Amino acid sequence: MISRIDKDHNRFREIVRGKIRKNLRKYISRGDMMSRKGKDTVTIPMPQIDIPRFTLGGGGKSGVGQGEGEPGDPVGGQPQDGGQGSGKAGEGEGEKALEVEVTLDELAAILGEELGLPRIEPKGTESLDTKKDRYVSLRNQGPESLRSFKATFKRALRRQISAGTYKAGNPIIVPIREDKRYRSWRTDPRPQSNAVIIYMMDVSGSMGDEQKEIVRIESFWIDTWLRSQYQGLESRYIIHDATARVVERDTFFRTRESGGTMISSAYKVCAELIEKEFSPETWNIYAFHFSDGDNWSVDDTATCISLLRDTLLPACNQFGYGQVESPYGSGQFIKDIRAAFGTHQKLVTSEITGKDDIMDSIKEFLKGGR
Amino acid sequence: MAPVSGELRDLQVEIQQYADEFGLRYFTQVFEVVDYVQMSEIAAYGGFPVRYPHWRYGMEYDHLIKSHTYGLSKIYELVINTDPCYAYLLSGNSYTDQKLVMCHVYGHNDFFRNNHYFSRTDRRMIDVMANNASRVRRHMDRHGISSVESFIDTCLSIDNLIDPWAVFRDPPPPPRDDDDVNPEDSVMRGRLPNVSGYLEDYVNPPEFIQAQREKRRAEKEASKRKIPQRPERDVLGFLLQHAPLDAWEADVLSIIRGEAYYFLPQMQTKIMNEGWASYWHSKLMTERALKDDEIIDYADAAAGVMAMAPGQLNPYKIGIELFRDIERRWNMGRYGSDWDNCDDMAARATWDKELGGGRDKIFEVRRLYNDVTFIDEFFTMDFCREQKFFTFQENRRSGRLEIETREFKKVKDKMLAQLTNFGQPFIYVVDANYLNRGELLLGHRHEGSDLKLDYARDTLRNLERIWRRPTAILTIIDDKPKRIRFDGSEVTISDEPEAFKV
Repeated sequence: MISRIDKDHNRFREIVRGKIRKNLRKYISRGDMMSRKGKDTVTIPMPQIDIPRFTLGGGGKSGVGQGEGEPGDPVGGQPQDGGQGSGKAGEGEGEKALEVEVTLDELAAILGEELGLPRIEPKGTESLDTKKDRYVSLRNQGPESLRSFKATFKRALRRQISAGTYKAGNPIIVPIREDKRYRSWRTDPRPQSNAVIIYMMDVSGSMGDEQKEIVRIESFWIDTWLRSQYQGLESRYIIHDATARVVERDTFFRTRESGGTMISSAYKVCAELIEKEFSPETWNIYAFHFSDGDNWSVDDTATCISLLRDTLLPACNQFGYGQVESPYGSGQFIKDIRAAFGTHQKLVTSEITGKDDIMDSIKEFLKGGR
Repeated sequence: MAPVSGELRDLQVEIQQYADEFGLRYFTQVFEVVDYVQMSEIAAYGGFPVRYPHWRYGMEYDHLIKSHTYGLSKIYELVINTDPCYAYLLSGNSYTDQKLVMCHVYGHNDFFRNNHYFSRTDRRMIDVMANNASRVRRHMDRHGISSVESFIDTCLSIDNLIDPWAVFRDPPPPPRDDDDVNPEDSVMRGRLPNVSGYLEDYVNPPEFIQAQREKRRAEKEASKRKIPQRPERDVLGFLLQHAPLDAWEADVLSIIRGEAYYFLPQMQTKIMNEGWASYWHSKLMTERALKDDEIIDYADAAAGVMAMAPGQLNPYKIGIELFRDIERRWNMGRYGSDWDNCDDMAARATWDKELGGGRDKIFEVRRLYNDVTFIDEFFTMDFCREQKFFTFQENRRSGRLEIETREFKKVKDKMLAQLTNFGQPFIYVVDANYLNRGELLLGHRHEGSDLKLDYARDTLRNLERIWRRPTAILTIIDDKPKRIRFDGSEVTISDEPEAFKV
């Protein structure tokens, strides 16, 4: 039987999910979600789940405290919630914004439900699970090299006390065979990923902070969704202006470079990366490229198209091209691609004019269920 | 969940003996041992695992479990005000901790039983709560979970609008029968006694009698029209009587009101209750129960309970220190006008009349006081200085909290201000037929701080859901009298000629 509290707890989670779903567009378009990301949970501020009451606002925080110090000295260490003295802290509904924690899986599920995303059918069916042994328990047989000294002597001590042969004055403990305990292991399967996302971003001079923010937010959500579909997803990051290189995740989102734009450089690096590390037979490869669509030359665009056609599209489950609108770019590239491929099954293009479009763009990218 | 057995049972017998010895008068004490998941569950339900279903308990549970898992907080014990008194012990506590907690619980139990403010609470609240729960479930079965739940949300939004003194007030006297409906019956009313009949017209001039009668009638008419006659603090009770509620809605509202009144004394006596329990765990442990080898563990646990976080008052700490201070002062005779008027520092420092009435005094205090009166009477200048109290204020430029002053009067005023009405606004029902349109008008008695506006707006919306007509509240925003009104579709704020006063 489900206990009462579990019912109430589930109800609470349901309400939280409902609120998230209702405000998903708002949450998605706001960047601060990712900064709240823990290991596998996200903290979402949610004041509207609080029960409103008539309460006092009050100018500034103040209260009564106890301890050393002269007037004007800072109160030692900052109190956690505004120092509502009198020990009533914690009941003070007013000061503290309510926050709820949601796991990324849950978030992905909500995203999936809300956008109506289909589940992805992975290719490369053979499982790539590896196994790892961990010493977690004890047993009474095993090689001497695994004998646990502490556990063995504890058993021996216990036996001697209960047998009455233990003397406090002369505490000699001699383990016998039955006392011996050996460390024992458990084999944990370690799911190994067979999916990779390759993010490519144009960091040329025309991509401003706002454009990068959009890319950042969008990749976070794509990442969240794909991670819920594959265990242990790999990701790689490529930035490019006129030349391209593979970078760390951190660099990917932070770099500000300038210079021209040669999209083909990124596609080349991507193709090399796939060739070297991720064989298309076993890997599910997702590539996303974000740019403002202002490529250097028509020749380069032609190179891009041939690279896409010959190498990238055959290798990838899906290739997504997101074009972020920027005040400087001409936005020609998306038109060129569309003209070249029409409605190619594996190629998805999306135009993002602002943060509000992120959600539609995500839907565009992920609705194929590839 | 299991009742105590084995060594804990023996421990209870032992501690109960000590409690008897010191003269604590408690309800039958029942201990149950629970693990931390059960403890969090019970705590989420406010001590009553049988309460009606509602998501906010789930939220509380979520929070408790998490903060326990991350080691941020730990609930050692939980005790509820019932007869017999139930207390839950955490199964993971060490033996010494359990000892301490048991002593502490006996303190709470004695307080529940003897403090005046608890005298009107229902000691069979477990049964009441269980009945409430089954009624709410029945309403849910009949009217749908979400509609009942959202109505509960609505009611909770105003569950702080109750009158703390209502339970101690005598029921209103039955309306006096001075209806002047039939003037013939009351021909004698309003007349002065007159023995000699021939002076009648002189003693009681007919015009005057007639005028008085008219005046009374007019007053009566006016008061009939005004509901409530005087501003009413028990907003929940008022709504229950006057709002157009369905039967199930009225039932839910009355359940929430009943539980709000039940929990009220615990909020009124937080400092005293914890102080009293701490005083007794300290007393019973150090003078009786503690064994030599437990000293360190006890000291560690006790220090943790008494620790004062900067910028936060710990009710345990203030409470216990005040009780100790009172005991010492009364033992030494440091009270009364002689003491108050003595300004010879040397005499004060050595003042000891060896009266020895301290213990009796603190028992009296625990019977008669609540936090506000407790602080008001016993928080003295000496105490304030010894305990190094100060007030603090946020420095608007740097955003950090800074010590404002150590002046006794300011510290005490601040403390009392925080305790008065639990730091919540005073809200009254002013008029149930506002503008003669059946609108509900509330009044906020402004005591220096404004209402939090966004919350006030949402609360008005919820009130409108109950009242089913526009609702408004008189208040003061930035020193200007204002009226916030919700008409069913939008919230407006308008100027008022005068601030609301009671």
